Amino acid sequence: MTPFTFTRAADAFDAVQRAGQPEARYLGGGTNLVDLMRETIERPQALVDVTGLSRAIEERPDGSLLIGAAAKNTAVAEHRAVRERFPLLSRAILAGASAQVRNMATVGGNVLQRTRCTYFYDDDGARCNKRKPGQGCDAVDGFNRNHAILGASDACVATHPSDMCVALAALDAVVHLQGAQGTRTLRLTDLHRLPEDRPELDTVLAPGELITAIELPALPFARHAAYRKVRDRSSYAFALVSVAAAVDVEDGVVRDLRLALGGVAHKPWRAWIAESMLKSQPATADNLRAAARAELAAARPLSDNAFKIALAERTLVAVLEGLTGGQP
Amino acid sequence: MTMTISINGSDTPLPDDPRVSLLDLLRDHLHLTGTKKGCNQGACGACTVLVDGDERILSCLALAVQYQGRAITSIEGLAEGTNELHPLQQAFIEHDGFQCGYCTPGQICSAIGMAAEWRRGVPSNVTADLTTDSIALGHDELRERMSGNLCRCGAYNGIVAAIQDTLKEAP
Repeated sequence: MTPFTFTRAADAFDAVQRAGQPEARYLGGGTNLVDLMRETIERPQALVDVTGLSRAIEERPDGSLLIGAAAKNTAVAEHRAVRERFPLLSRAILAGASAQVRNMATVGGNVLQRTRCTYFYDDDGARCNKRKPGQGCDAVDGFNRNHAILGASDACVATHPSDMCVALAALDAVVHLQGAQGTRTLRLTDLHRLPEDRPELDTVLAPGELITAIELPALPFARHAAYRKVRDRSSYAFALVSVAAAVDVEDGVVRDLRLALGGVAHKPWRAWIAESMLKSQPATADNLRAAARAELAAARPLSDNAFKIALAERTLVAVLEGLTGGQP
Repeated sequence: MTMTISINGSDTPLPDDPRVSLLDLLRDHLHLTGTKKGCNQGACGACTVLVDGDERILSCLALAVQYQGRAITSIEGLAEGTNELHPLQQAFIEHDGFQCGYCTPGQICSAIGMAAEWRRGVPSNVTADLTTDSIALGHDELRERMSGNLCRCGAYNGIVAAIQDTLKEAP
């Protein structure tokens, strides 16, 4: 590890002040950043510990939920209001990592974790545009079974590894930010970037900008939801494909729905196309299949991951059948 | 003023260098080598220790300085007396919950943390009903909750039996 200074932030404003120097990083639970520092992929000169900032989970009168960015993943997954009103978020968190990691990891850190592309991690042996801009990408022609099928570029085919963010994308989560110039909010679906020709940039955050909270707007039909994760072993593995869905269905008709995919792109993938095709439509098998196929129509397989396209389509259909009654 | 961390009940100065992980503090600085360094990247669970009594974490991914003022319990701190074993340690012996033993300290600390999570009603990925207050700790629940601890000898059947046996007798 490269040497660094370590300080604790008293509050969000203090954190931003402390991080107002080159090569500073915010430290949450450390489950990703400490690992990246040990591999010298991240070389911060200053760490600002933000685990002392708000971890409150606040139920607000309008039915929304405000989750402090320092809340641990376990605390969110086990919270009564999350389990009862936004079970999709509990499910997604519990599908990720291990209990030890969930006990350490913060919500803010989960959102900003970096890809687990093995070429990104291989500092000595592989080329990576995300690690060293302009160097080239060894994943494009390498072992790319786990890589992206949607929204990738010639420069980068990495995926975003979070399960939690797939649920947040589906639930229209809003990210609260503190920067040097003040506060702002951003939809989670607008926070992460597609790689294009700047894969070193995971998000649209300004340097030093800090996530202070995640807001879940009220969504009554969020109680009727499912998170399905397909992976190489049944626990403690990243997703090949995952689907987050919440559906408002009545008499076999989809009145409204929220859909997102994980494991397929550089960001949690909100399935806007499938949503628009199914809204106000009967939940027939044909309609579900057509919507899933349309969402994946733009998918481009790499040498080892063509299976993900069919897998994503089928998982989408299976989840939606489960939530709409599985009509023939 | 020196910053300290409590290790198995003893206040201990934190290292000056913030790069020292909690795992390296235990093993290299304090010579508490019960906690094992398996992968050193959060994939195997061999380094699992307990924070403030019963919260399980991975000491390899923790910077020691992050746990200033907190109470850490490692495998060496579990038993009540010097010549005794924690009931779970005894159960691992009785049920052959290990072969080489390398993952065992992490398994045991993890199981203690797991039991605390289960008692306060934390659901898992295989819990059918998220809203229930009492979750039966059957075979699938237990294995899912312990999935962060790998055993390359494959002593899982003995590990599961030891944990189930101990929790059955616990108050």
